[in-house]
Amino acid sequence: MVSEFAKTILEAKASNRPLRIRGGGSKDFYGNEPRGELLETRGYAGIVDYEPTELVVTARCGTLLSDLEKNLREEDQYLPFEPPHFGAGATLGGCVAAGLSGPRRASAGALRDFVLGARIIDGAGRELGFGGRVMKNVAGYDVSRLLAGSLGTLGLILEVSLKVLPKPASELTLGLEMPQARALGSLNRWAGQPLPISASAWQDGELWLRLSGTTAALAAAAERIGGERLDGGAADALWRDVREQSAPFFAGEAPLWRLSVPSHAAQIELPGTQLVEWGGALRWLKSNADAATVRAAAARAGGHATLFRAKDRSTPAFAPLSPALERLHRELKAAFDPAGILNPGRLYGGL
Amino acid sequence: MGQALPKVELQKRVAGALREFLPARAVLWQEEDTRPYECDGLTAYRNVPMVVALPETEQQVQQILRVCFSLGVPVVPRGAGTGLSGGALPPGDGVLLSLAKFMRVLRIDPLARVAVVQPGVRNAAISDVAAPFGLYYAPDPSSQIACTIGGNVAENSGGVHCLKYGLTVHNLLRVRGYTIEGEPVDFGSEALDSAGFDLLALVIGSEGLLTVTTEVTVKLLPKPEAARVVMASFDDVQKAGDAVAAVIAAGIVPAGLEMMDQPATRAVEEYARSGYDLEAAVILLCECDGMRAEVEAEIGRVKEVLARAGATRMTVSRDEAERLRFWAGRKAAFPAVGRISPDYYCMDGTIPRKRLGEVLRFIAGMEKKYGLRCPNVFHAGDGNLHPLILFDANDPDQLRRTEAFSAEVLEKCVAVGGTITGEHGVGVEKIDQMCVQFGAAELETFHAVKRAFDPKGLLNPGKAVPTLARCAEFGRRHVHVADRVQHAGLPRF
Repeated sequence: MVSEFAKTILEAKASNRPLRIRGGGSKDFYGNEPRGELLETRGYAGIVDYEPTELVVTARCGTLLSDLEKNLREEDQYLPFEPPHFGAGATLGGCVAAGLSGPRRASAGALRDFVLGARIIDGAGRELGFGGRVMKNVAGYDVSRLLAGSLGTLGLILEVSLKVLPKPASELTLGLEMPQARALGSLNRWAGQPLPISASAWQDGELWLRLSGTTAALAAAAERIGGERLDGGAADALWRDVREQSAPFFAGEAPLWRLSVPSHAAQIELPGTQLVEWGGALRWLKSNADAATVRAAAARAGGHATLFRAKDRSTPAFAPLSPALERLHRELKAAFDPAGILNPGRLYGGL
Repeated sequence: MGQALPKVELQKRVAGALREFLPARAVLWQEEDTRPYECDGLTAYRNVPMVVALPETEQQVQQILRVCFSLGVPVVPRGAGTGLSGGALPPGDGVLLSLAKFMRVLRIDPLARVAVVQPGVRNAAISDVAAPFGLYYAPDPSSQIACTIGGNVAENSGGVHCLKYGLTVHNLLRVRGYTIEGEPVDFGSEALDSAGFDLLALVIGSEGLLTVTTEVTVKLLPKPEAARVVMASFDDVQKAGDAVAAVIAAGIVPAGLEMMDQPATRAVEEYARSGYDLEAAVILLCECDGMRAEVEAEIGRVKEVLARAGATRMTVSRDEAERLRFWAGRKAAFPAVGRISPDYYCMDGTIPRKRLGEVLRFIAGMEKKYGLRCPNVFHAGDGNLHPLILFDANDPDQLRRTEAFSAEVLEKCVAVGGTITGEHGVGVEKIDQMCVQFGAAELETFHAVKRAFDPKGLLNPGKAVPTLARCAEFGRRHVHVADRVQHAGLPRF
């Protein structure tokens, strides 16, 4: 199958036809409108190597994210970056290409932090391997992490090795009532203390905190923080709905913006409603405000805004790059995909 | 251009161009001044730089780079020069760019939990200035009292707490770098991610080949409420290796998990008096940190697991002073070994942990084969080995045997599914072993990445990524590994 992928890419390169690399299609909505001839990766699936005591799993791109997570769960391990699936068909390859992390991101790290190695086919049809299956590895440039969030524009991701961790012994969710500004202040203060907070979500005057760790740690932390405990089933549903964007906040026609800003940035005044995650570092905005206004507000706060989901996809999804960064993006794209046939435009026009 | 000039002429021209905007004390070119820069922590490789530049401002860095770019002169950035792979080995025909004067902590924001520092700030100094706020910077390479954050960025340095807290790449938010053309670029920001490719991840660990770091924003973490270490003795290396796997299998992620063999503990004990068990074949140090209640519970579980795995003796640190004493020995392993031998050569391979016994037996075999001693310290939690070959550099044959010993061990690391360098970098030292770890297509891609940042190949040239011709030559010289060398198809020159 790898040789078929390579052949397809070489043919596309020869005839200068763009390819649209796609796993389960669960994130088709993300980034700029996909275009090009479909190259499906679902068939190249399976866990290649999983040794729980090594804390490393290696799997092929078409592996269903749900299958991978089930295998880890059987060994009481998990993907600490808690990736959103956005559909039952989500694959590992798509997950890495999108580079999205879930509620645990602020405490555990992002998807890219857990990428240890990858095999890809680049735009010249060459099969390449970077990184490895060990936790510490500084041989060669860190191309594997560069793939995270590159939306398939640098190569077809064939196989990925990820660091995994043991699941926390227990979890506990607390609810507190407070306005956004106070929640932002509290979240930043708590983050500066040794508390086992593993997720946070504020919306409409309610702040939810998830604590993860030993029961002793949770009891001590819950006493310090206060608030009301949410029972296990309801708590699981709450964090799933935040992660998968199935909470009522995400419903409705208005475009969904993702504002990634410093956690301590003050409340961002924009029309629409907001949901705050990641200890303040992620602000979801449902708003009809125009793109320039939203992007300027995010930039003023020290971050950037992504048009995450919108019916009308004419507005570029990602914030524009500085000229210096844009030049580096173009040069890197040319290094991996000289003909510009892999998911062109999905990340930026001309890339 | 520049290269065509005789060296003395070129030196004059470069020094003259730099003196136009740098004071006399910031441009060194006489040998008595430049010789101290001839090597970094890897003293086996030396080269007196043509010119040393010591800028104090970003604008000066920019001007130096512009001059070198226009004259086609190589530039090698340098921090404290503690690196162990020759990454800061100077160019004989170029400028050594020392960032030693960039020593200021620009900003500490306790609420945001970030510190903005210049690249010449020492690793340990960041935690020192953050301490009054109950915060610290997590990566702690053993050289942390001397090594600088700029060098840590270049090497993606680790330390003894990587398993839980990650490497440099996991603990930075932003790096400002200057390209060889003198253009400033911010990689990352104080937000948790940035639009576009993750160039921050690409720049970290790029060994000074892509940009010159002038400013770094690091994440600060709250100091754990409590931390305690279990020191456990084992009468057999394999048992200790299995004990590490058993700790992980029990769902415990220790803050630190280190192993030292008897030759290492004996060398260290004389130097650091850490109270190590000198009768044990190996000792494990396993640290738990977190909330007080959590640490007590976890230490109890760790002791149970280690006892079941065959620990012959266990001591738990009673207080902070004892905990630090346990670590002091581990962190002093390199200098301690330096006292029992005229020279030592530190390796840095990483292996899947389950192959530990096999690799240590292989190293023992190499000690016999080459007639050289080799104590081992090991970041057991993440599989990163630091065997230390003892030798005398004044004896050319010992140096030759040391290099052959080390090459065989690194190639063994690759053969068992690991890597030639976990945290020290490739530099000049392991450049031939890159030919074993990567194929021609990957190396070509690395060169293409380099060209995207540095089209003329002037920043730290000749380091980290070998040319294909060099790999072909290496394959020809190392016939015994020819079946594993990945360039069998390349023409031999």
